[in-house]
Amino acid sequence: MSTPQLDEPWALAPSVALRPEPFGALAYHFGNRKLIFLKRPELVAVVRGLSCADDVRSALVGAGVPEASWPSYLAALEGLAESDMLRRREVRAA
Amino acid sequence: MKLVEHFEHGLDAPICLTWELTYACNLECAHCLSSSGRRDPRELTTEQCEAVIDELQRMQVFYVNIGGGEPTIRPDFWHLLEYAVAHQVGVKFSTNGVRITPERAAFLASTDYVDVQISLDGATAEVNDHVRGPGSFDTALLALRNLRDAGFRDAKISVVCTRHNIGQLDEFQAIADEYAATLRLTRLRPSGRGADVWDELHPLPEQQRELYDWLLAHGDGVLTGDSFFHLAAFGPADGSGALPGLNLCGAGRVVCLIDPVGDVYACPFAIHDQFHAGNLLADGGFKRVWQTSPLFAELRSPQTGGACTKCSHYDACRGGCMAAKFFTGLPLDGPDPECVQGHSELALAGVRTVPAASQDHSKPAPTRNQPVMLQLMTRPLSRPPVGDCAESPLAGFTP
Repeated sequence: MSTPQLDEPWALAPSVALRPEPFGALAYHFGNRKLIFLKRPELVAVVRGLSCADDVRSALVGAGVPEASWPSYLAALEGLAESDMLRRREVRAA
Repeated sequence: MKLVEHFEHGLDAPICLTWELTYACNLECAHCLSSSGRRDPRELTTEQCEAVIDELQRMQVFYVNIGGGEPTIRPDFWHLLEYAVAHQVGVKFSTNGVRITPERAAFLASTDYVDVQISLDGATAEVNDHVRGPGSFDTALLALRNLRDAGFRDAKISVVCTRHNIGQLDEFQAIADEYAATLRLTRLRPSGRGADVWDELHPLPEQQRELYDWLLAHGDGVLTGDSFFHLAAFGPADGSGALPGLNLCGAGRVVCLIDPVGDVYACPFAIHDQFHAGNLLADGGFKRVWQTSPLFAELRSPQTGGACTKCSHYDACRGGCMAAKFFTGLPLDGPDPECVQGHSELALAGVRTVPAASQDHSKPAPTRNQPVMLQLMTRPLSRPPVGDCAESPLAGFTP
């Protein structure tokens, strides 16, 4: 299992759906049936932005996350990757 | 606002929805929480069920727990299963295993989004069949074997914890390991026919402790469906002894139940008029009931802990299970009947009225599948038995 790095392209796994909620979103993985609460709207924006961003860094920038907060967001993304909610993309977005 | 507060205020759609597809059942379990047995003639049709699934898809209810009765004896069960999965509604269904043939097991193994839960309430036939009826242990184990042999991964074995099986937790785990399954332990509720046998079957205080310790030791490896949050009061008052899970009553806030005729109730353990939020046929669909029912609005409003607010463990257990209190005739804002701090003992010993059931689909006459909850007892021989031929109406009576 790899860990999301700033300069890597990542995306939401194909069998994961997000449901918007007042606190952020519910992420549900239809394959392993895991349910994870994304507790901040900013984190939801980062996760949604991953698939069309060049890499994790640009998704963070795109969602307006200040650089000082990147480590905690990376930790959150790592947790999502561990549950197979996120997967590393092989190719960069066009 | 903390996440748990969002849940207490309710979400726009449930996280976890239970849908009892039919009240019909081949078994007559003594503790059935939906008092199932006979099919209800008003049962939702296939088309009505499909419409419910369409609505769940629009609401992004990601999965449903399907139960009954025995859901697999509905002729359209397998169709509805495929229909749900094709509409992004994952399915976990509970079954006693009666229709899990090798062919069905192979089909289930070929699907991605279906989870199967086999009910087993004893790790031995003796303990299981005592409450679930003769032959039901063998049926469940055959289903587990069929699933394993077909390559179905990670079936669930669902156990209702009772006075008779708390001592078998390690044996249940061994069965789960043997069938490459995951153990799921849930709480016995005094709901449905469970009200009739609760006094006899609910775990004794020292067994609650045994269960809590066992659950702590097994952590995430065993599922509980968030059943045992009342046990959190065994831990420190700050709630740090909580078991994995949301640890709050989700009734009408993040969970609810749809029954076979489309009635919506606050939770699977509360099939009673008191917790009836509406009917999805009569009241404009499930979403409308979920979002506008006055009952659910009340459950999502701030709750008072009543007598429990004085207790230092209230933050840990949140007063326990609403259904357990209601069906034992205790006030809803007081302690759980199984309060591990012993605060319900007085109330249980006092005058209380257990509410009458508001629906009963039990079979009118017992069949050969009905459990016989009798035990052979010996009479203490404190005095010589009265002879068969003693004619006095007061024979054997000592004032």
